[in-house]
Amino acid sequence: MTAPIVQASALARFYTVKGGLLSKPATVKALSGVDFDLQPGKTLAIVGESGCGKSTLARVVTMIEEPTSGSLTIDGVDITPSKWAQMRETVQIVFQDPYGSLNPRQRIGQILQEPLIINRRDMSAADREARAREMINLVGLRPEHYDRYPHMFSGGQRQRIAIARALMLNPKVLVLDEPVSALDVSIQSQILNLLVELQERLNLAYLFISHDLSVVKHFADDVIVMYLGRAVERAPKELLFATPRHPYSKALLSTTPRADPEARKERIKLEGELPSPMNIPKGCAFAQRCWLATDECRAAPPELSGTTHQVACLHPLG
Amino acid sequence: MAELSATPPKIEERPSALREFWYYFSENRGAVFGLWVFAAFVFCAAFAPLLAPYDPTEQFRTHILQPPAWQEGGSWAFPLGTDPLGRDMLSRLIMGSRYSFFVGIVVVCVAVTGGVIVGLLSGFAPKWVDTLIMRVMDIILSFPSLLLALVLVAILGPSLTNAMIAIAIVFQPHYVRLTRASVLSERQKDYVTSARVAGAGKARLMFKTVLPNCLAPIIVQAALSFSTAILDAAALGFLGMGAQPPTPEWGTMLAEAREFILRAWWVVTFPGLAILVTVLAINLMGDGLRDALDPKLKRS
Repeated sequence: MTAPIVQASALARFYTVKGGLLSKPATVKALSGVDFDLQPGKTLAIVGESGCGKSTLARVVTMIEEPTSGSLTIDGVDITPSKWAQMRETVQIVFQDPYGSLNPRQRIGQILQEPLIINRRDMSAADREARAREMINLVGLRPEHYDRYPHMFSGGQRQRIAIARALMLNPKVLVLDEPVSALDVSIQSQILNLLVELQERLNLAYLFISHDLSVVKHFADDVIVMYLGRAVERAPKELLFATPRHPYSKALLSTTPRADPEARKERIKLEGELPSPMNIPKGCAFAQRCWLATDECRAAPPELSGTTHQVACLHPLG
Repeated sequence: MAELSATPPKIEERPSALREFWYYFSENRGAVFGLWVFAAFVFCAAFAPLLAPYDPTEQFRTHILQPPAWQEGGSWAFPLGTDPLGRDMLSRLIMGSRYSFFVGIVVVCVAVTGGVIVGLLSGFAPKWVDTLIMRVMDIILSFPSLLLALVLVAILGPSLTNAMIAIAIVFQPHYVRLTRASVLSERQKDYVTSARVAGAGKARLMFKTVLPNCLAPIIVQAALSFSTAILDAAALGFLGMGAQPPTPEWGTMLAEAREFILRAWWVVTFPGLAILVTVLAINLMGDGLRDALDPKLKRS
């Protein structure tokens, strides 16, 4: 096993929100202690419902936000804000919304060259242009697109441009923050195929954030299921999809639509709402909605345990 | 379509930025009309000494308050008539265009430059700096603009230069607010974050990433306040706080002639018309400018 390219331990990110005039400020625990390793050339998928901290994790790993606590090691370097500038070239991100992530005032050529202008000051203008044109080709766009503005492209093409921009600095890690959830299903598969192809060719590691399990099933190597800022289950894709052990993962999997009308459908319907991240329950965060919960669950939060198939539950399934 | 896709892909030459701009600008008829009128005024202002038939301060004592040529008692020697001191109206109007454009350009340049820089800083600065800047701007905005300009001119002393400084200061907060508002909404967007992920520094983010996306409302505001500046300078001139007689500034001309409004309509009407047409033309042009400069309104 090679050394992991990204290593996170107990990564946490809290936000302080000011209440009203009289109420005291509250802390939103968007991310409270997540560990993971990401191997070069592999895809780690993070799944969970809205508000579980997936995007916060993406922003912390991309060095947009500083973690409140915990440590993050990228390519052997312990990340602190002073190292951000030098590590930019290693980690790049593709955002969810391709309509907001491209500067509407810049032509595609300029958008692609910008990372080079900032980070490779000694590169000549001709070299930069050549590199940008090569990248346009690599992501499956046509040469004449070089001089166009983002508004002239469809969502799928824009996402290709966003991927091309992320690859301009030859990163080793690409954080994909729901890269296909804003696209049509037919376009989704094109973009996913492109990502798979690029991964093979460039040996990229992907941190793939998604709430769409059918996409994850095709795309990921390992999966982490998150609930309210914590990892509740972590396993290789095959194991997780075959035998989910955490009740939440099981419920999540049961909601994935299947194309087989013969298959018996046992959809688990969860009661209640996601607890507020400002007021996380003392015990297991999922206990309020879990059909297996006992008093023990509500007392203290369970830790991830196990070897290849890790689960944070006192009453694991299977 | 089939024929098109059969041809080998070639790299298209993109049209020059200027031609592209003209293409979109010329789609707006009103804007083109405004541009021509504006160009005519610029021409007048540039070649005023050559175009004006007489010296604007020369007094023809025998032709006091002579009506325009097409009215009874008028003559083609003075096509638009003469004012109470016997000066040729046409020459004075042509020379006056110089002052008006000078006022407009200087005021807009000073106000836009200052306002945009302060607005950008305020949008990117820590919260307390932002609050401080905005409160100062609120204080300036809370005065009636003409009154504040009057007070400033009264402090600085009445002259055209001081009137321009005063008007520029009065206009500044509009640009600061406008820029800051756009900056705050643009800053949230993912393309700014991705520029940061690419390693862009503060200055690059401010001026290269965010500022171009905030320009559309600023350009429209600049075009509109070009005309407001002319109006305000005219108003200050009218109140005796702007250009001093015998300067043929349009507002000052209006002020000098107001007692003749019933007896000699041309003395008041022509400077007023000149202001109206100029302001209207600039406003029309400003609209077209916005349409042409905003890539979101372009078609591929």
